[in-house]
Amino acid sequence: MNLSKILKNGFMVLAACLVLTACAVQKKSTGQMQGDVYTGKDSVEYLASGVPDRVFFATNETVLTTASRDTLRKQAAWLRKNSKVNVVLEGHADERGTREYNLALGERRANSAKDYLMTYGISSSRISVLSYGKERPVDSGSNPLAWSKNRRSVTVKAN
Amino acid sequence: MILRYLTILLILLPIKVFAVIEVDITRGNLNPLPIAVSPLSIDEESRKSFKKVLNKENIGSEISIVVENNLKQSGLFNPLNKDAFLQNPDIANLKPRFEDWNLIKAQVLITGKVSFVDENLRVEFRLWDVLAGKEMKALAFTTVPSNWRRVGHIITDKVYETLTGEKGYFDTRIIYVAEEGPKTKRIKKLAIMDQDGFNNKFLTLGNELVLTPRFNPTNQMVTYLSYFRNLPRVYLLDIETGLQEVVGDFPGMTFAPRFSPDGKKIIMSFAEGGNSDIYTMDLENRIVERITNHPSIDTSPSYSPDGKYICFNSDRSGYQQIYIMKSNGKNVKRISFGNGLYGTPVWSPRGDLIAFTKLHKGKFYIGVMRTDGTGERLLTENYYQEAPSWSPNGRVLIFYRETKTDSKGEGFSAKLWSIDLTGYNERLVETETDASDPSWSSLLSN
Repeated sequence: MNLSKILKNGFMVLAACLVLTACAVQKKSTGQMQGDVYTGKDSVEYLASGVPDRVFFATNETVLTTASRDTLRKQAAWLRKNSKVNVVLEGHADERGTREYNLALGERRANSAKDYLMTYGISSSRISVLSYGKERPVDSGSNPLAWSKNRRSVTVKAN
Repeated sequence: MILRYLTILLILLPIKVFAVIEVDITRGNLNPLPIAVSPLSIDEESRKSFKKVLNKENIGSEISIVVENNLKQSGLFNPLNKDAFLQNPDIANLKPRFEDWNLIKAQVLITGKVSFVDENLRVEFRLWDVLAGKEMKALAFTTVPSNWRRVGHIITDKVYETLTGEKGYFDTRIIYVAEEGPKTKRIKKLAIMDQDGFNNKFLTLGNELVLTPRFNPTNQMVTYLSYFRNLPRVYLLDIETGLQEVVGDFPGMTFAPRFSPDGKKIIMSFAEGGNSDIYTMDLENRIVERITNHPSIDTSPSYSPDGKYICFNSDRSGYQQIYIMKSNGKNVKRISFGNGLYGTPVWSPRGDLIAFTKLHKGKFYIGVMRTDGTGERLLTENYYQEAPSWSPNGRVLIFYRETKTDSKGEGFSAKLWSIDLTGYNERLVETETDASDPSWSSLLSN
């Protein structure tokens, strides 16, 4: 094989890589997922009518999506009206990570939800945080959709 | 080509010239050493006495089976079929007829004798070099009859040590998490068993979630994470007395505990306000010390065997990577630079390597690298596996592996596996229930 051939093949591989990355980065909406964040209703419960109990996260991420912030504002409004209710924010990760790192990740996810509730006027004394890491999946599937449902922070009434 | 011949010659030379049997454990062993484990001989009276106490027909044979299984599992030895043995165990123990053992291609022979002495089990065993026709090792000891499996493990350790030049890992235990029930509602209990899977015992009832038990390298204490009263905290458990206590008084989750090599400290993560950092607590004076202070996740700390350094997992670069630092938290240095994410670093008891879990392109690997991050070697690839723990001699890793579920979300299982540092000899470690988070004890006897 001469040098120019090697170079040509190299470029083709490189080009193929670029195409692949482009596909991976592009956010696909599959109906139940935006990118890899779950947007469906399956497994979602309600604190009150119109107040979903959970928000979902992208892989390895702890930032809140627009939809998550919307859900948390609804929760905050409901909590302001029901001032005697305390909540536990349960943070979870999917099964595709090491156990210990996932415990930390779950804690971080629950805290990003907690921080957002606090900016909408909910006292930190009413919110506690509990990370389950990957220990309590809601969906036992081994596929991207199942994992997206499991990457979540769930607001649970504590009293 | 010349170089290759030279290496082969070098390996062959000692055996040919000095007729000394050496098992090289630094390479994958594709030709396990043929070894004959003659059943330990027993006189009729002793046999009856042990039958009464232990309900075993012939305890001499039982012990030799323990030895044989250990040797086989190690991947370094090939125990020969007993049907081919020509010499009776009692005679063989006095004076083996080496021609007979040579005939069945045994290079090494183990013989021995058990007797019932003052309610105790007295064992003597001998290790013979068949080719040279001489005794390599002889040892006798006495213990309570119920310890008979341990006798088999101790004999194996002595054989391993004589033939490889390194300490064995057979008279050890594994603490792990026993798992039952559906994936979404797993019930988890602490459990302990002998290294070969026998004498399994559950240490907790399964009322609360328990994770990541780890042995104290100097004794039989254990540290682990328990969700008792829904407060995830690091606990200390004395497995002899069953007494347990919370480690420290932290206002949030503590997790990822391990002992320092001298057993006097626990190192762990403490999570507060979305940030996990590494702390230690001295078990004598209860002083808590903060080791890392960084807005990223710092977890899975593990000390070097001399206690001077700590390796840990951090996402301060944006993703999970492995770092090392001095034990006071200074001189933090990233050491993993390959493609993918790295987690669960654990320092080898020999000090030279760090074992880890790696996630790359949707696959999980168990691997090792030198402590400066060079020489990365991936030992095994699978759908999901993590949490390697070293055998006390630093030659074998035990870890757990989970299966992918089917389209209905069924078929989940978690099992313990072991693999040699060479990447050969991968084996399922059988457990009564599903199992995860294994931790290997140090040698019970020395």
